[in-house]
Amino acid sequence: MFDQMDALILARIQFAFTVSFHFIFPAFSIGLASYLAVLEALWLKTGKALYLDLFKYWLKIFAVAFAMGVVSGIVMSYQFGTNWSVFSDKAGPVIGPLMAYEVLTAFFLEAGFLGVMLFGMQRVGKGLHFAATLMVAIGTFISAFWILSVNSWMHTPVGFAINADGQFVPAAPWTQIVFNPSFPYRLVHTVIAAYLTTALAVGAVGAWHLLKDKGNPHARKMFSMAMWMAALVAPVQIFAGDMHGLNTLEHQPAKVMAMEGHYDSHPDGAPLILLGIPNPEEKRVDYAIEIPKASSLILKHDPNAPLAGLDTIPDDREPPVAIVFWSFRIMVGIGFLMLGLGLWSLLARVRKKLYDWHWLHRAAILMGPSGFIAVLAGWVTTEVGRQPYTIYGHLLTADSASPLAAPAVGASLMAFVIVYFFVFGAGTWYILRLAAKAPHPHEAGVIEQEDGPIRTAGITPGPAQGHPADTRGGA
Amino acid sequence: MDLAVNADLTVIWAFVIAFAVAAYVVLDGFDLGIGLLFPFFRVGKERDTAMNAIAPVWDGNETWLVLGGGGLMAAFPLAYAVILPALYAPLIAMLLGLVFRGVAFEFRWRDPRHRAFWDFAFTGGSALAAFAQGVTLGALLQGIDVEGRAYAGGWWDWATPFTLLTGLAIMTGYALLGATFLIWKTDGGTRDDARRFARWLVPATVVALGAVSAATPFLEGQYYERWFVFPGLLATVPMPLLVVGSAYFAWTGIGGGRDGLPFLLSLNLFLLSMIGLGISIWPDIVPGRISIWDAAAPEKSQVFMLIGAGIMIPVILAYTAFSYWVFRGKTGHEGYH
Repeated sequence: MFDQMDALILARIQFAFTVSFHFIFPAFSIGLASYLAVLEALWLKTGKALYLDLFKYWLKIFAVAFAMGVVSGIVMSYQFGTNWSVFSDKAGPVIGPLMAYEVLTAFFLEAGFLGVMLFGMQRVGKGLHFAATLMVAIGTFISAFWILSVNSWMHTPVGFAINADGQFVPAAPWTQIVFNPSFPYRLVHTVIAAYLTTALAVGAVGAWHLLKDKGNPHARKMFSMAMWMAALVAPVQIFAGDMHGLNTLEHQPAKVMAMEGHYDSHPDGAPLILLGIPNPEEKRVDYAIEIPKASSLILKHDPNAPLAGLDTIPDDREPPVAIVFWSFRIMVGIGFLMLGLGLWSLLARVRKKLYDWHWLHRAAILMGPSGFIAVLAGWVTTEVGRQPYTIYGHLLTADSASPLAAPAVGASLMAFVIVYFFVFGAGTWYILRLAAKAPHPHEAGVIEQEDGPIRTAGITPGPAQGHPADTRGGA
Repeated sequence: MDLAVNADLTVIWAFVIAFAVAAYVVLDGFDLGIGLLFPFFRVGKERDTAMNAIAPVWDGNETWLVLGGGGLMAAFPLAYAVILPALYAPLIAMLLGLVFRGVAFEFRWRDPRHRAFWDFAFTGGSALAAFAQGVTLGALLQGIDVEGRAYAGGWWDWATPFTLLTGLAIMTGYALLGATFLIWKTDGGTRDDARRFARWLVPATVVALGAVSAATPFLEGQYYERWFVFPGLLATVPMPLLVVGSAYFAWTGIGGGRDGLPFLLSLNLFLLSMIGLGISIWPDIVPGRISIWDAAAPEKSQVFMLIGAGIMIPVILAYTAFSYWVFRGKTGHEGYH
């Protein structure tokens, strides 16, 4: 059935599918690992059981999300070779070492301390357990550091030469390659996005339980912490996104042209197109609602500054405008909704109604998944906006794929789609079920094992089981 | 001078990758082996104990696979670019198997109503991953078509009777590692079951190893000359003796008082097999086609990574040992909570 299809298109769909599914989990676990570290630190500092309960509540969810991140991540580390072997051969000498550093400094750190974090609370002291939690949290950040360096180098490649075999080989100090021009911006923007994503998910869970019982102290605490994050970090993120956009304008102007929907050049001030329908055939944006000269003002800080359009780019070097145009608007729109939610919560806080305003809680529930959508929309914007290149300006996507037959790629794509929807659908369902249970005192750990048959107390919370320290039994 | 330095670095990197692959094979080998044996344990305490024995460590064990793959791309990009498309189907199957195996650890606790299903996924995923890894090994040994800098064969070339044999052999060997690991780490009913399995898995592994070893020299000229022409003959004579000796003491140690001994001797069987593989293919990375020097990344890449690997691998081994130490002792006896 795939004989008629293009192996390249199938490989691109497969990469987009597997990486999109994958990134949902790190976006959550980067933020959640830090949140867990904060909760445990607060518990150690204040001695309040509330923080330990919240820690254990979110630890169960973290365990499920992290497992899905790990298994979908291993797929990614092999996708480069199975489906993009020419790219791997050519770019391996530059990006391979950065990815090896990710494994050596991040993956092992996370995996090595995850067992202690999940199961080791009764086996090591409090301080050592907190150290394990910190190591996992730091590991998620280091992982983001390296993989975003790789990704950024593919957008803004520097410090390389091309050898006789056509390979990109390092030709500058490694610091120059690692800290390539778009990397600092992308790192800041992505890590903040992960924190915001987690904050909104935590806030939604807190809001859900506040609607049922506004006196639940655990729900109050998590909602309050999440809304602080939304109020304080959303504006920072909008600023960081703007900086990232200016960096993109400098290094990948065609991407910004597609984001803005600027088919034509504007010699004396370009309008900001708020909404409209890109029309690739006619090379214009239909039904455009625009603010005159605002785009030049934002991008050049001068309303009359000239801005080049896609008419300056050869047709076969243009990214697909409609996808980039829309995904960018989805991301920015959600960003401002997050800011709105944060400001609303500040107002409620000032009026001492943070736990009373049901419409605020309902809005927070609605915004629960918004971080995930914004993150995916952001990645679509930057990755599709890089097309038709894998290594911007130097290696075409069409020249990067493995020499595979279309049926092989098609069959594996189908297998990934079926397995991912089934497995990660089930996992998401389990996370939602865990989150639907109200957080309560004496929260159970990941797996409770006592004498007799093993019991998973997380499934049937039942009556208080006492603090784990009391139920350690003969251990 | 430059070439000499690079050549040495290339050899070092070949050993680093071989170490990562070996670490993966023995560490995740016992995880996957326990997955393979899982349905043969009684539902309830025996199964739960078997899984708890590896729950805190499987993720770290699997990470060696990422280092093997990622390291290959970084140190030998040409080999990575040739081998992965050549083994497309078995590798995708392995990855999907690892997806089911990995999530089952968490999902079976979260969904008692469907625990039987996730237990099945745990075994099915482990079996698929183990078999695919064996096929991968066999396909590499039997040779893959290369033209220029790319794989030039079809996407079913890997499927031969020999790769079926290596697939089954790896499953048998992993099952042995899993059973002996459980003898070491558990007691009571789980250990009784594991001992029962190990009693027939030891001879089965020796037979599987013997079959693969007997078939390999007849695949291509290179292997025959390596093993049956002096000086390779020096390794050929003692190897079967060492294998049979290790297996004999592993087998007699199963009921003995030292529960760790069968596992250590099973590890030794794997070590001997990997030394044998090294003798067969050195210094090629794609046997008979691409040598480690043909595939090596430039010196600048190798040096940069070697600094990281030289510092980090000892640190990783230290905290991995710490993690195993935290969960030391018999799993069934004192649980994790």
